[in-house]
Amino acid sequence: MNIIRDTAHRIREHWLGALALVLALVVWECYASLVVRNSFLLPGPTDVFSAFISLLEKGILLADFEVSLLHFAIGLSGALLIGIPIGIAMGWNSRADQFLNPVIEILRPIPPLAWIPFAIIWFGFTPVSAGFVIFVGAVFPILINTYTGFRGVPRIFVEAGRMLGCTRTRDQIRYIAFPAALPSVVSGIRIATGVGWMCLVAAELFGVSNNGLGKDLWFYYNLHQMDAVVVYMLLLGLIGLAIDMVFRYYIDRHFLKWRTGEVA
Amino acid sequence: MGRLEIVNLSQSFPRDDGSRLQVLENLNLVVQDKEFVCILGSSGCGKTTLLRLIAGLDTAESGAILLDGEEMKGTNAKVGMVFQEYSLFPWRTVLDNVAFGLEMQGAGREERYRIAEQYLELVGLTQFAKSYPSELSGGMRQRVAVARALALDPVVLLMDEPFGALDAQTRNMLQHELLGIWEKTKKTIVFITHSVDEAVFLADRIIVLTPRPGKVCETISLELPRPRDRTSVEFAKFRRYVLDLINQPESHSSKV
Ligand SMILES: Nc1ncnc2c1ncn2[C@@H]1O[C@H](COP(=O)(O)OP(=O)(O)OP(=O)(O)O)[C@@H](O)[C@H]1O
Ligand SMILES: [Mg+2]
Repeated sequence: MNIIRDTAHRIREHWLGALALVLALVVWECYASLVVRNSFLLPGPTDVFSAFISLLEKGILLADFEVSLLHFAIGLSGALLIGIPIGIAMGWNSRADQFLNPVIEILRPIPPLAWIPFAIIWFGFTPVSAGFVIFVGAVFPILINTYTGFRGVPRIFVEAGRMLGCTRTRDQIRYIAFPAALPSVVSGIRIATGVGWMCLVAAELFGVSNNGLGKDLWFYYNLHQMDAVVVYMLLLGLIGLAIDMVFRYYIDRHFLKWRTGEVA
Repeated sequence: MGRLEIVNLSQSFPRDDGSRLQVLENLNLVVQDKEFVCILGSSGCGKTTLLRLIAGLDTAESGAILLDGEEMKGTNAKVGMVFQEYSLFPWRTVLDNVAFGLEMQGAGREERYRIAEQYLELVGLTQFAKSYPSELSGGMRQRVAVARALALDPVVLLMDEPFGALDAQTRNMLQHELLGIWEKTKKTIVFITHSVDEAVFLADRIIVLTPRPGKVCETISLELPRPRDRTSVEFAKFRRYVLDLINQPESHSSKV
């Protein structure tokens, strides 16, 4: 009975959302074709859709997607490789915390885009260069959340571990602190993917590659093909959403199974 | 064997004003092999401090703790502990919690699960092997904690108010079970409690500590046959006796 009511409720909820989307499309189309009547100032959904089809047919979108994913992967793996170990060191060892904290606090507020000049000087016009900008955006959320996660490991777990023969620092980190901190680390990674994705357009702006979602967004702007620009905007948004969904529905559920009971 | 000898144990902690808070002072105590000892004392008298020192989680300011004549330094696989708070690893299933110590000792997967399952059976939670601690009730969690400590087959089991957070009914049930386990496994048990009733029900001997600085105030041997009946006259007599002792600790000179 409850389940049926639940499903009915859920359908109604989604219906409303879907209705809003359709309405938005209709309003947009009407406004574009009846009021603005200028597909440069405001391309309508139909313009955007045909631009999408033609870009897809030319194979440009797939190439853009691959290149952007490469940039994103470089940035994110760099952020994981650097952010997690430093976060662990600072969270576990208060000496390391005192030592590294000032440097981190000074570097952290610098906007990722302010690093673009050095990205170019250090890495040239390569994918690594774009990856570096994304890295700067992604590394701090990962580092900070790893740090907080390790700080917050309840002492009782470490002591229970010691009573059971988990006495080496390496084992305590691996078997106790890391799993205890994992929820925080994962949420840091999730924030980092969001921030990193935001940095993508700017990271591709200065021409590190011939393709890329951000790169071609600017390219079509320069050609004044605003319908294509909208295609890229929507794609960037949808892919960002998809990445977040992966976290919400896959990673949270599979890695943090043990937490489900705690909230309830 | 599991004969525990505590010699002239003292511990103090620094206070904010720079002086030191003397928590234990020249505490002497012997716990015989396979003996079930309950430690009673007012809140803050140093019971947890004492237990943590025996466990090797902290280092004493002075004095020594000997297990079968050998001085112990640091934690030791021969000494197991059940904490007052829930200490199960929430990210591990019940079975993996119980198997943790064996995993640390390098036991293979098959071996450690086989042993862990034995101990889960001992505490009656076989069907919860795959559950996570968050899915268990408080009493079940403490049962798992007991199984986890026993899985390494220690000779001494330390318990710091393990049932303190449970309701009276669950508490009585777990006391029964613990006695059953103790009879089967024959460990030396040092059990801290606030409850006189619990102490009289469980212990071979009750040690009453003085308020800070803690030392042994009184030792009571309970020559009550087991299983004990909480409603019997003898039980009530002992309970009355211990309660009186605790309520006027000053009137008793400390004797060991
Ligand atoms: N690590 C510590 N640093 C400073 N003071 C401490 C520390 N551990 C314990 N104390 C102090 O030592 C005293 C004894 O503490 P302990 O936890 O041993 O008491 P207890 O007998 O277990 O009390 P309870 O029955 O309430 O659990 C308390 O006053 C406590 O504040
Ligand atoms: Mg205590």
